[in-house]
Amino acid sequence: MSATLPAFAGVADHTPLAAELPPEAGPAVRKTGAGRWRGLVVPAVAIALWALAARLDLVNSALLVSPAKVAATGWDLIVSGRLWLALQASLARELTGLVIGSLGGLVLGGLLGLWPRFNRIVGPSFNTFKQISLFAWIPLISVWFGLGDVAKVVFLSLAALVPVVVNTADGIRNTPASLLEVARVYGYSRTQTVLRVVLPSAAPSIFTGIYLALVYSWLATIGAEYLLVAGRGVGNLLIEGSEHFQMDMVIFGMVTIGFVGWAMNAGARAVERSLARRLGR
Amino acid sequence: MSAATPRAVPNPVVRRVEPFLLPIALLTLWAVGAAQGWISEQVLPPPQFVWETLRDLATSGDLWMHAQASLQRVVVGFIVGSALGLALGTAMGLSKKAEAYLLPTFNALVQIPVLGWMPFVLLLVGIGEPLKYILIAKAALVPVALNTLQGFRQAPATLREVGRVYGYSRRQQVLEIVLPTALPTLFTGLRLGFTKAWLSLVVVELVASSEGLGYLIVYGRQLFQLDLVMAAVIVVGAVGYAIDRLLDLAERKVAARNGAIA
Repeated sequence: MSATLPAFAGVADHTPLAAELPPEAGPAVRKTGAGRWRGLVVPAVAIALWALAARLDLVNSALLVSPAKVAATGWDLIVSGRLWLALQASLARELTGLVIGSLGGLVLGGLLGLWPRFNRIVGPSFNTFKQISLFAWIPLISVWFGLGDVAKVVFLSLAALVPVVVNTADGIRNTPASLLEVARVYGYSRTQTVLRVVLPSAAPSIFTGIYLALVYSWLATIGAEYLLVAGRGVGNLLIEGSEHFQMDMVIFGMVTIGFVGWAMNAGARAVERSLARRLGR
Repeated sequence: MSAATPRAVPNPVVRRVEPFLLPIALLTLWAVGAAQGWISEQVLPPPQFVWETLRDLATSGDLWMHAQASLQRVVVGFIVGSALGLALGTAMGLSKKAEAYLLPTFNALVQIPVLGWMPFVLLLVGIGEPLKYILIAKAALVPVALNTLQGFRQAPATLREVGRVYGYSRRQQVLEIVLPTALPTLFTGLRLGFTKAWLSLVVVELVASSEGLGYLIVYGRQLFQLDLVMAAVIVVGAVGYAIDRLLDLAERKVAARNGAIA
């Protein structure tokens, strides 16, 4: 598992996949500074066509709302504070789930990585467990924990747990043998070996795990709002818009979800870079 | 391998038994708990209940009907999505210009998860089969396109240099150097695409469907028949696992053959 996050880590629901790509492949798709305007051509043309179609009433449907209408709805949601309330509810839940899931994942992953017998006993069961699509748990969770915030946080913790466990255990197991050899030569105790050699060497992988947990739990946040409908959140805005055939609300909700996901990616990558610099890697 | 200091390795019999300890313990706890009435049947039906339900589903043919509906959606969605993904990835991978025009938009759209697209597509095409096909295709498209792009970019400079020395045409460069080195990554993309498609299928069926394995889960939940829910979850997990293993095997075959060339 490589320390470098893929260059296109912005790909919300697919970063886990990108993380499996060879690290040296990263820079190949990095944006080049010059010619960035080209990236704006497609969206600009699309929006222009969309606006034109809406203005000319090309499609006789209430669903074809104009870009201006979407912007106006978005502005309304922002000014009235509804957007903030929704975002707050969603993000608070996500954060709670992320913290619980990551802590649990660090403990479980650490045990799996450091304790061979524990790994032999629990590892296979865990690998089977993680094969089950996360969302398939929702009906069971809803029976056990209801439809409220508790159920959502349980689900989000589960979503965050899996990548942290996998990457923590992998990172620990992939400590270079040469480093362990050095620790042995220096006569490090087991605790010293773990604290000074294994954990620093596993740190990038662990960070990748937490980063993936962030991505997963945001996805799960939206999913939970769909499937455990209760309370308010960004996902509920979307559902409401869909139920009332308000395409403008739906589109604005989509943009918000995408934007939050992007902001999280960008933030996590910035933290990762500064961490990497501090660790001198 | 392991970071832990090597200690006495347990004998092979112990090793073989160890992975089953936890599942057996949990299953026993579950069975005993249900038998003793510690847990209400509504909350956690006893394991033999789940097993019976699973058997009933299989013998009555319901299971096959639902599994078939699900598989058809996944296969159609995956084929459409991966074909588009391959085309898009190839275009961006072979032409820097196409990448400059398309990739930023692609990256922006990809930020929105399948569930975010759902209400939008739902309003556009309604709740029928096209909704499922579109969402599953979208889920498969992204990893396929990204891995294709990546694959086409990773031909080693030395190999390309060799091609130049031999005076390869652009066509030859692509067919004989870029494509073979891209193949394993392409395949990884397809495998991940299928995995994503399967995961999205479950989500889509949970939210909006009247048949399929995901629907079976929702149906069981509505009737408060947790044995049905659990049986369906087991089938979903098993099918997903089987598909993943198969594709993994195929991927390693491709990689091995490719390794033999390189």
